[in-house]
Amino acid sequence: MLELVIFSTLNGVLYGMLLFLLASGLTLIFSMMGVLNFAHASFYMLGAYFGFQISQWLDFWVALFVAPVCVGLVGAAVERWGLRTVHKWGHVPELLFTFGLAFVIEEMVQMIWGKLPVDYRVPRLLDFPAFELFGTTYPAFRMFMLLISVAIFLVLLMILTRSRIGLIIQAALTHPNMVAMLGHNVPKVFMMVFGFGSGLAGLAGVIAGPALVTQPSMAHVLGPILFVVVVFGGLGSLPGAFIASLMIGLIQTFAIAINYSIGDLLSTVGMARPVQGMLSDLWQVTVAQVGPVVPYLMLVLILIFRPTGLMGTRES
Amino acid sequence: MTDTTLTAPRGNPALDLLRRYGIWVIALIVMLVLPKIFTSGAALTTMCLMGIMIVFSLAYNMLLGQTGMLSFGHAVYYGLGGFLAVHAMNVISAGKLPIPLPVVPLVGGLMGLIFGFIFGAVSTRRAGTVFAMISLGLGELIASLSLILRGFFGGEEGINANRTKMLSLWGVRFGPQIEVYYLIASWCFVCMIAMYAFTRTPLGRMCNAVRDNPERAEFVGYSTQMVRFITFCISGFFAGIAGGLAAINFELMNAVNISGAQSGSVLLMAYIGGIGHFMGPVLGAVLVVLLQVFLSDLTGAWMLYFGLIFIMMVMFAPGGIAGLIMLHLPLWQRGTLLQIVPAYAVMLVPALMGVAGAVALIETAHHQLVKTGTEGPAMKLFGIAYNSNTVLPWIVALALIGGGVVLGKLWGPHMADAYSNAAHGKEASK
Repeated sequence: MLELVIFSTLNGVLYGMLLFLLASGLTLIFSMMGVLNFAHASFYMLGAYFGFQISQWLDFWVALFVAPVCVGLVGAAVERWGLRTVHKWGHVPELLFTFGLAFVIEEMVQMIWGKLPVDYRVPRLLDFPAFELFGTTYPAFRMFMLLISVAIFLVLLMILTRSRIGLIIQAALTHPNMVAMLGHNVPKVFMMVFGFGSGLAGLAGVIAGPALVTQPSMAHVLGPILFVVVVFGGLGSLPGAFIASLMIGLIQTFAIAINYSIGDLLSTVGMARPVQGMLSDLWQVTVAQVGPVVPYLMLVLILIFRPTGLMGTRES
Repeated sequence: MTDTTLTAPRGNPALDLLRRYGIWVIALIVMLVLPKIFTSGAALTTMCLMGIMIVFSLAYNMLLGQTGMLSFGHAVYYGLGGFLAVHAMNVISAGKLPIPLPVVPLVGGLMGLIFGFIFGAVSTRRAGTVFAMISLGLGELIASLSLILRGFFGGEEGINANRTKMLSLWGVRFGPQIEVYYLIASWCFVCMIAMYAFTRTPLGRMCNAVRDNPERAEFVGYSTQMVRFITFCISGFFAGIAGGLAAINFELMNAVNISGAQSGSVLLMAYIGGIGHFMGPVLGAVLVVLLQVFLSDLTGAWMLYFGLIFIMMVMFAPGGIAGLIMLHLPLWQRGTLLQIVPAYAVMLVPALMGVAGAVALIETAHHQLVKTGTEGPAMKLFGIAYNSNTVLPWIVALALIGGGVVLGKLWGPHMADAYSNAAHGKEASK
């Protein structure tokens, strides 16, 4: 049991930190530009594929630095020549633009790298078990992932709270119009934040690619969860996104390890479980199977009872 | 909703009637005659799918176009309606109940209504982005549930039914596709009229007010939440009918029908067709189904084209196809439509250049990346045989795109001038 708790906690925190790498960029972009970027998870996927390609040509350590920059440049270009054109039509077309972009990126990735998962491997330098606990080993690469995401988190915190550009961004989170009034080149700030956010997502992709599976559906799988994180934490709130990322990371990881169903619960209190009928599955499914549903349930519940999210102040 | 019938001159009552209902008569005739012209099995299947998708995208546009609610999970009501219809068909044919097949879509509709009522009660409390997010959450929730509850949703393979095992009406058993076509066409026609009539009711008008200015609608004394809620329920009802029609057409429902991909595709249809006008989603449904059927035969990269067309629409023509048509209605009324033809004809050159370049680029890339391993680098496009391994086709494609963009930018202002001259006269444009 202790083994399960320790490993699930480690994996959950790791998953949560990865989510935060993505969610931080997404929520920054949302609070500044009002765009919920559907293509954000696609940038994460691009990061994984760029990382794979560069580590094939050169080396993983080169990819770690070059791939996020490439993704960031792609993101900035999308903002400059795509979103800025759509901006004049309003928020719904902006949302739809990113929706279509996610679709196109997935198709392009399928065309270039094929529909099957690519062989993106852990670099040889980190391909050893970090430690052994209760007879189970924990891979060093995962510790490296954890380290990187914590480091990025700290750097992000420093930039946002201690630097001038961080001050402007923070101001734009709450008073976007005032920032424009003060004479900052808001479109340029937008482009930089969009590029930076995409770059962060790309970095998450580069380090998550070898540990998880690098395949064309990875954006599609993660995208909706990302929205849950951002909305659950509160739109535009970085601390909220951090808490929500960790929560969802832990909940999802722990859910996979629990093999009980409602039927089991009923039979322990001495009630018979229904086995017949169309909806009998409702009693048979285990918590592990329901795991993927839980984030969406959380999303719907928080939107109904606290539409601003955990730490947010704005509704939309 | 642009309304032309109200501004039509009143005079001859017969002419007035023709103006008002003529379009519906034409639609009915087209629907009746189409299967006589396109008699092949493939065409019939395509037209059945069009009918279903017209109902679905019109139902969707009740939310997006009419009330301004962007939903990312409308397949929930379509899918649940479809699943209930399939189960209803199985129950009816097993119990030999005296219920004929044409009534079954109503079961789907009721299911859509009930779930629209339940989910609408929680999601329509908010508008805007929050509503969009709730709809996405609910959509993903039901989509993931559909893979867990195997008893109801049938898991991977879905739930089957047999439409011919039901009570026959005047000897019609709905075995052949043509009979199913007429069933779908009649439901489609009735639903189109009902949904159009809804836009003309006071409630339908209030929907537009809620979309355009919720604050003022509240001040006038309407609850915007109630307007959104009622519209949501009605939209769920029609989406359920579309689902029921799909269940009859395919005799199969599976998890794909309730997935986020289905929600996304109805959004694409409505938007490409144009959400600002009643006929938009109809055009969009027809076009998208055509693209799905024919483009997928022509090229392996058809999904990419599909996505690019959508992005181009969002960027340059947010009114959709219907919006582009409505843009030219004033010209038609002024009788100056012919004036802009030369300007448009010139624009055709860069447009064709750009499209040809883009197609060449995508096809060459697709061939080089996907097919070279099995078919070798030799390929043929627009009747020209070449080798995708060489540099020349790539240069030509990029040059075509570049040339198209540059020429288009050069001619764009002239075309805009020609349009405003035709629309407002020479004096107004100066």
